[in-house]
Amino acid sequence: MEIIKKYPKVFQWLFLLAVFFALCFAIEVPETYKFIRGQAEFVKDPNQSTFIFLGKEVRYYAFDVFWRLPPLLGWLPIWINDSLFFLMNEWMPMEFWNEDTQEFKTRPLLLQISRNLTAFMTFLIELIREILLGGLETIVAFTSWDFIDAYPWAELPGLPWTIVAAGFAILSYKLSGKGLAIFAGLTMVYISIFGQWKPSMQTLSFILVAAPLSFAFGLGLGIAAFKSKRVEKALYPILLVMQTMPQYAVLVPALVLFGVGDHAAVIITMVVAIPPMILLTLLGLRAIPPEVIEAGRMSGCTNWQLMFKVLIPTARRDILIGVNQVIMVCFSMAVISAFIGAKGLGFNLLLALNQLNIGLALEAGLCISLIAILLDKMSLAWANKQIDYFGNLTFYERNKNLIFFGGAFIVGILLAYAGSFYFKEGFNYLFEVPHNKGISTADFWNKGVDWIFETFFVYIKAFNTWLIQDVLQPMRALYLRMPAVATLVLVVGAGYLIGGIRSALVVCALTLFIALSPWWDRALVTTYMATFGVIISCIIGFTVGTLCFQNKNSAKFMLGVCDIFQTFPSFVYLIPVMMLFGITDTSVLIAVIVYATIPATRYTIEGLRSVPAGLHDAATMSGVNKFQRLTKIEFPLAFPHMMLGLNQTIVFALFMVIIGAFIGTEDLGQYILKALSDKNGAGIGLTLGICVAFIGLIFDNLIRTYVGKRKKHLGID
Amino acid sequence: MSEAVIKCENVYKIFGSNAHKMLQDANGNVDAKTFQENGCIVGVNDASFEVSKGEMLVVMGLSGSGKSTLLRCISRLTEATGGKIFIEGQDLLKLNNKELINLRRNKMGMVFQSFALLPHKTVVENIAFPLQIKGIKTEDSISKAMDMVKLVGLDGRENYFPRELSGGQQQRVGIARSLAVEPDIWFLDEPFSALDPLIRKEMQDEFLRLQEKLQKTIMFITHDFDEALKLADRIAIMKDGIIEQLDTPANIVLNPATEYVKKFTEEVPREKVLTIEDVMDRSDADSSDLKVLKDEIIENVAEKILTQEKAVSVIDRDNKVVGSINPSKIIQTVFGGRKNNN
Repeated sequence: MEIIKKYPKVFQWLFLLAVFFALCFAIEVPETYKFIRGQAEFVKDPNQSTFIFLGKEVRYYAFDVFWRLPPLLGWLPIWINDSLFFLMNEWMPMEFWNEDTQEFKTRPLLLQISRNLTAFMTFLIELIREILLGGLETIVAFTSWDFIDAYPWAELPGLPWTIVAAGFAILSYKLSGKGLAIFAGLTMVYISIFGQWKPSMQTLSFILVAAPLSFAFGLGLGIAAFKSKRVEKALYPILLVMQTMPQYAVLVPALVLFGVGDHAAVIITMVVAIPPMILLTLLGLRAIPPEVIEAGRMSGCTNWQLMFKVLIPTARRDILIGVNQVIMVCFSMAVISAFIGAKGLGFNLLLALNQLNIGLALEAGLCISLIAILLDKMSLAWANKQIDYFGNLTFYERNKNLIFFGGAFIVGILLAYAGSFYFKEGFNYLFEVPHNKGISTADFWNKGVDWIFETFFVYIKAFNTWLIQDVLQPMRALYLRMPAVATLVLVVGAGYLIGGIRSALVVCALTLFIALSPWWDRALVTTYMATFGVIISCIIGFTVGTLCFQNKNSAKFMLGVCDIFQTFPSFVYLIPVMMLFGITDTSVLIAVIVYATIPATRYTIEGLRSVPAGLHDAATMSGVNKFQRLTKIEFPLAFPHMMLGLNQTIVFALFMVIIGAFIGTEDLGQYILKALSDKNGAGIGLTLGICVAFIGLIFDNLIRTYVGKRKKHLGID
Repeated sequence: MSEAVIKCENVYKIFGSNAHKMLQDANGNVDAKTFQENGCIVGVNDASFEVSKGEMLVVMGLSGSGKSTLLRCISRLTEATGGKIFIEGQDLLKLNNKELINLRRNKMGMVFQSFALLPHKTVVENIAFPLQIKGIKTEDSISKAMDMVKLVGLDGRENYFPRELSGGQQQRVGIARSLAVEPDIWFLDEPFSALDPLIRKEMQDEFLRLQEKLQKTIMFITHDFDEALKLADRIAIMKDGIIEQLDTPANIVLNPATEYVKKFTEEVPREKVLTIEDVMDRSDADSSDLKVLKDEIIENVAEKILTQEKAVSVIDRDNKVVGSINPSKIIQTVFGGRKNNN
């Protein structure tokens, strides 16, 4: 009783749990209930109930409403689908001039817009791709096929790989220095030698189109949001959902609107990459000291001058960090977009994984990772680089990087030309090393994988069986055993206890959306996998973070490792786990754990680091030992920041669980994958994506509210 | 006194969503407490004053007293909620955006507490910034800015970036920038508060030297009473948005209007603030041969006067006797003021 008086919250939580369990036991599992596998939900079955809403028929298996809520939102995906179809095919037919047939043609407005956008994007991508790799589409676009036949020399030859490599090295040198330049050079040489040149350049050209466009739109919207509260309020929910929405889920609507290929991928990549740019622009502009703005105003700036001569240059670093984010998102989308037919490294990776050719997948994955690190380091170096004064330098000093590049350009061309004599037969290796003609280590890796399988098969299998039978299955059963009402009570109760009525309402709305969608069971499976991953990740991340924190160098090293791992597109993580554990839930979970451990570790270290030095000294002078300092001072103070890490861990875990569907899980991700190949998948894909985003947002809301309160209580920032 | 360059009439600044309505309802009788209960915060409460050409008005107050808000109302960085402000006879609050920008480009300069330099521009580019904003050609603006660099004694550092300068040097850049367009009105918002005491003193002297040369109309904000006494022609002391007293330094020290002002003046060494004129007798008494100028600060001549037994004649610049001063008066001024208050 003492305890309850002292900590009234504990009592409230206990009460909530008691109600939850009481509900769980009170509500029986209906006899007809079984976890519905595969596509069963779409099969017509006389046992199903139906209802009609807005003219759409929704079929579902009815249970006691306490057990599972009826899918009252079941019409939503169908409705989205139909409206999309209507918009694309029937809405606002208009006359458009057709260049090819030289006549007017009637087409729906949206279809025409989508076609024009598609053509424009395709043109941009082709242009850059042909500069890098050679080709004739761009020339044809400006002239005609006859022109190319008549003047074959007009075909773009593409840049020899040596020039691109030199360009990267020189740019890296300018941005950061020798270290990065060497890394850039070696990466490019590696890519070339291992025959990944063409797909890499395809991916690169994809980024070169998507990133600048995303940057421009993100910056513009960020500025608009900075200037007008109304715009900010309108953008806020979209930004929130986009941040927790798995990138994978937005691919589906893109497919419907823009079809298959690079152009669709670029457009949808922009949708994903713009939100972080907006956020960082806003953050940067907000962080400008008010006096700088006043100084600009007092200098007599017009609004325009103030924005472009004062605000944006002052917020340069944050905006460039935004560019870094944009580039990284674009890169990871470039890989995932392979699912909707984008060419490049991701496509090769997907192909290799589909063929279970782990060796090839590893090579592509390594390439992806190297390029990811390189792009990340380069853009960060750009952000952190401070402007130098160069008015007093000579022409040579000012332009030496350009001159060097010019030199490299000429040398590269000469080398390629010389190569054309030297490698008379076959391929000119000094121009471009063709795919599959470089050195390949795939066989070696494949043999390695085989060896691992043969040698450790028994152990891996035993581990697998144990994990699945004794841990995962029971856990899954427990999650599915929760009656919908009990879950709702638990979540809403938690919301109320943490953040009061407001939080409770938000969380309730998010949960209800999922509960009323047709995929509650799937969402439970997704949550169970994510929970499992998050728990293990947190234990590992917390332990590793705390241990590394004990020493300054190891902490720094660990943060560096986290930085590097974080740049890898999530898809890459599937390669090594498939290599070791084959195609099972275990693989997915291990990938989830590895991926989600990154933020857990990072935030633990950062949280512990953020404890003020003064407190450290004060504690030491009070005579605490290391352990006491950790438990009494550092953990309590670092806890809010570590909770933010938990938030990130959950988002990362959800992303990975969803992508894991590629290997084969039975959660929401599997449906997204299915929606990708379904003509009518757009509505389903989008709704599923929103469901996943909402799972993330439920936790996000709870954790953020808690952290906000806790920080206020502790009086930190 | 010559014409008023800055003139404020019943200026109010009230923060809050329904500030305008509340002010109207209050009918010129603004009480901070009732406003706060209704979710409004009173920043400036009924400020009326004039600053004449070439005069330096120092607004002094502790943090939250509304002094910076007052300055921002007059530079129209925030909109005053009520009242009228005239700049050289022009009604400031009626100007449209274009006219306001024109006014700022040609008539006003402002120095900030945190320097507010643009991090991506060098010293000379920062100083040339207001000129370039005006549309002056790059070479002309740079050469003009170089003059300013020399004026504030930063020659040789013109190509440095703000990040490479010390606080004092950064503020010199801030001062040079605010002077680049040769404004008539100069606003300084706690310009020396972020500096070390030694640098601060150096900058104050430098500032006085500049003002001697330039004779601008100045509004200077500070929370440091000593600084106010050192620099000001007149001082306005603010508390909770209200100007408690506006007077010359000597009068403030001699006749503090309110208890609040008195608290500041108690610790002030009077001999450092007051001139002979402030304490002399107007009558020409039986005096010794020694003569002192009426504008002298007491501290500088106290020793001379105290060696005399009789009163000393006070003269003005034309060598005309205007009064006399007794040595006992000096002793009373130096030690008496504080004793009374204990």
